[in-house]
Amino acid sequence: MADATATRTAARRAASLPRVNGSAVVMVLYLLFLLLPIYWLINMSLKTNMEILSTFTLWPNDLTFANYRTILTDASWYMGYVNSIIYVTLNTVISVSVALPAAYAFSRYSFVGDKHLFFWLLTNRMAPPAVFALPFFQLYSSVGLFDTHIAVALAHTLFNVPLAVWILEGFMRGVPKEIDETAYIDGYSFGRFFVKIFMPLVSSGIGVAAFFCFMFSWVELLLSRTLTSVEAKPIAATMTRTVSASGLDWGVLAAAGVLTIIPGALVIYFVRNYIAKGFALGRV
Amino acid sequence: MEKTVNQKAWFLVLPVLVLVAFSAIIPLMTVVNYSVQDSFGQNNFFWAGLVWFEDLLHSPRMWNALGRQVVFSSIILAIEVPLGIFIALNMPKKGLWATVCLVLMSLPLLIPWNVVGTIWQVFARVDIGLLGYTLDSLGVDYNYTQGFYAAWTTLIVMDVWHWTSLVALLAYAGLQSIPDAYYQAARIDQASRWKIFRYIELPKMSGVLTIAILLRFMDSFKIYTEPFVVTGGGPGNATTFLSIDLVKMALGQFDLGNAAAFSIIYFLVILAVSWVFYTVMTNLDKKDGV
Repeated sequence: MADATATRTAARRAASLPRVNGSAVVMVLYLLFLLLPIYWLINMSLKTNMEILSTFTLWPNDLTFANYRTILTDASWYMGYVNSIIYVTLNTVISVSVALPAAYAFSRYSFVGDKHLFFWLLTNRMAPPAVFALPFFQLYSSVGLFDTHIAVALAHTLFNVPLAVWILEGFMRGVPKEIDETAYIDGYSFGRFFVKIFMPLVSSGIGVAAFFCFMFSWVELLLSRTLTSVEAKPIAATMTRTVSASGLDWGVLAAAGVLTIIPGALVIYFVRNYIAKGFALGRV
Repeated sequence: MEKTVNQKAWFLVLPVLVLVAFSAIIPLMTVVNYSVQDSFGQNNFFWAGLVWFEDLLHSPRMWNALGRQVVFSSIILAIEVPLGIFIALNMPKKGLWATVCLVLMSLPLLIPWNVVGTIWQVFARVDIGLLGYTLDSLGVDYNYTQGFYAAWTTLIVMDVWHWTSLVALLAYAGLQSIPDAYYQAARIDQASRWKIFRYIELPKMSGVLTIAILLRFMDSFKIYTEPFVVTGGGPGNATTFLSIDLVKMALGQFDLGNAAAFSIIYFLVILAVSWVFYTVMTNLDKKDGV
């Protein structure tokens, strides 16, 4: 597909037409494909259940915010969002802070077993959560952490720590080693050098790693649902329960879905300027 | 870069090691334990050897799920990788429009997986969904809860919707790292668009593309939430992939021995394929000197 279009664009350029047109059409079509299902969800969230089920309308005829009001005033709903945000933040902080020194070690030194260790870390990124669901449940129950935010945060480090190490190692390899050596000659201790000089140099890497940790912890459902019941129940799990319990409250379901998109959209908005740069410098 | 040999570096790796050991090795040992024991309840376990593995390898259940999984992963890789590259080539290079594209394209990646399922479940419904309704009024026999092909198509389109952007963003990052001088040289040589793609862009993207393929392979092989929400593994067992089958076995039927043996085989399959990818990738790294 790519080559056919490539030749076509080449032909078009030869005819000295601006190339941007073809690309713009492709991009508009692709973005339309991405946004249409999301639009449909937003559309439904602004309708009454009556309208959803009785007539087929492309936009809400009978605009209502009742679905959102239900969620934002009911603690069993909005606490889901709070819980999710708590464990996602905890996880991001833990993952990035333990990954930083490890990534530095992998990028600068060779030591016994380093390659094996690195691959073993990566295997945890590959592990299917379904394999770990039951053992995690038993493990965290036995140490009394079941249904706490920290349990979910720790469980998610299983795949986020390896990912953070992997990303950060890629960024740190790009920083010349002479910088370390100069700093040591200038009398910096390792700790001070790392925090004062090195971390600012890889700040975009830290940003990208944090972004991915946030992302994978925020979207995960199987483990977070298995490890919680009431106190730390994530919003995603609240949604699944409500679907089965009340059956067909489509409007509220859609509104809850729309609200889960917002934190992600905000994060993207904040990192928008260096996400492409970050992708390019790092490995993910 | 030349690396110094320094065994003290282990201290820097220690926190990661402790953390991951806690959340990976202990649970994994539990699984191994279950896979070689049998129980008559009340926590009385006795040694069962490799019975579970033998059972599993002789029953069609796991093979069927594995077959479906392989077909699914192959299809989505075959669609998402070329499409992702194609989209990346068409993305604007800089300016406001580029930012808009980046932000909108990242959007599906940050939607919780069950919400992705919900979105498509609603979108594809014949009675209230835009897609289902449109197809239905066009006279297409489309019902993803009953039709085999409809269910598969829905899941594949959903996955393409969900993950193509990741491939595209990675490929785009690879493209961004190509210096302008390369393109100028190609222009002087009057290289065709195809030649530019084949000899400049594709080699420069090979690193990120291997990562993209590795990530997409691993994640599609682990897929659970989205098909669970949309089809629940049905109609029949048509979309029961490995994870869905495993969760059914472990948490639904509490068939611990079988489930544990299943887990181990499942994990080993992913590990083996990923190891091949990883080896290829590190070799590429060495060749490019990245």
